[in-house]
Amino acid sequence: MSGTMGKLELIQTLLGHEGRVWDVCWHPQGNTLASCGEDKTIRIWGREGSKWANKTILADGHQRTIREVAWSPCGNYLASASFDATTAVWDKKSGQFECNATLEGHENEVKSVAWAKSGHLLATCSRDKSVWVWEVADDDEYECAAVLNAHTQDVKKVVWHPHLDILASASYDNTIKFFKEDVSDNDWICIATLVSHESTVWSLAFDSTGTRLASCSDDHTVKIWQQYLPGNTEGIMTPGNEPVWKCVCTLSGYHSRTVYDISWCHNTGLIATACGDDIIRIFKEVEDSDPNEPSFVLYHACHGAHTQDVNSVMWNPAVPGLLASTSDDAEVKIWQFTD
Amino acid sequence: MELLENINPKLYRKCEEREITPDEEDDSVVDPFDSREVFDLIRSINDPEHPLTLEELNVVEQSLIEVDNANNEVNVKFTPTIPHCSMATLIGLSIRVQLLRSLPSRFKVSVAITPGTHNSEDAVNKQLADKERVAAATENSHLIEVINQCISNH
Repeated sequence: MSGTMGKLELIQTLLGHEGRVWDVCWHPQGNTLASCGEDKTIRIWGREGSKWANKTILADGHQRTIREVAWSPCGNYLASASFDATTAVWDKKSGQFECNATLEGHENEVKSVAWAKSGHLLATCSRDKSVWVWEVADDDEYECAAVLNAHTQDVKKVVWHPHLDILASASYDNTIKFFKEDVSDNDWICIATLVSHESTVWSLAFDSTGTRLASCSDDHTVKIWQQYLPGNTEGIMTPGNEPVWKCVCTLSGYHSRTVYDISWCHNTGLIATACGDDIIRIFKEVEDSDPNEPSFVLYHACHGAHTQDVNSVMWNPAVPGLLASTSDDAEVKIWQFTD
Repeated sequence: MELLENINPKLYRKCEEREITPDEEDDSVVDPFDSREVFDLIRSINDPEHPLTLEELNVVEQSLIEVDNANNEVNVKFTPTIPHCSMATLIGLSIRVQLLRSLPSRFKVSVAITPGTHNSEDAVNKQLADKERVAAATENSHLIEVINQCISNH
């Protein structure tokens, strides 16, 4: 297999953003898409018949580049993380999208924002090296629950576990860290540090079970990490009775430049990557591979998916095979992958 | 008045103007993009501390520029005048911004310190290679003003 299996068909190119588009996020119901970028706007796209069309442009929410957008699990809120050091939370209760909360506190650029599946927590991270956990109270009130200073450099991404209130972060310090709330004193603590990448870790994605994590890096690799629980049959030591994460697979020799984003489809199990060589790659796990030493193959490589760096990719949570991507070339693209 | 870091920098002579070959004059022949063109874009960038250009200080040289036209790659190495130069990141950023503004978008550009010429070259190179850090830095109005002053006079 050399990246020529299956078909990645371009469904539509969404034009409108000016300058680099950093991120795209599908609404949990799968029929709406939000994108953001250098032009300080969030654009919301929805289906109109068989096509996708721009529904709303949210301008004036931020003073600088908007780096990431994230829909809440209930689908009623959209959070946006910006270089202006704030995180905005938007909702449509009034009938139109409005920013009804602004989270302040980071000292400089906010790079990522993510909602926990449980719906009560939000996480943000920044070049100020910290990860913040926010509790969602009613009525658009957000309270800072923790300021975590575990990383030694710029934190690029935060991602929540698909089921539990466990947070993972990726950093310029080349590591990945896990955080959770210590039940005994309600303090958030760092429960694991994953060391293996040789340069900045840009993004993370859990598989559907939450027992595996995929990470991508400036070192041109993708790594797959496996969780080992206390009492595991493989004999892996679990100090402090916390799960341990081991790197069980490194995909190297595929990406020729920084890998900016990774998405693990919870329906099909396929992994998509966004790379600085303008290529979207899709990896598939080999059937019956050993969970302690899994094998992934490069299933499909879409050369020139964009005319410049691909910054983000995300599988549609509801429609199997539907993929969105964004690029420095100012375009957002929707693709359909078929085996 | 603050003391300059490098009070007495070594000066270099500007290289000669480019000789035009018959092929270059011929409009029907497509000129491949080359290192001389990139050098011409960055040679007159001003040093942040002295009223001299990066060429005059030998911070940039044509021989340290690689252009791979077929693969759309441009690699620039620059040599800080002293190993502990605290302006290294600023100079690298000025070169990057100048190239971002002048080169066609198809090019992947890297700007790094000439190996062995700076105490913190790994740290500086990592910052210069991180496009998110570069983008955020250039959104900083004070910093972009300083960079624009280095780049102006073109």
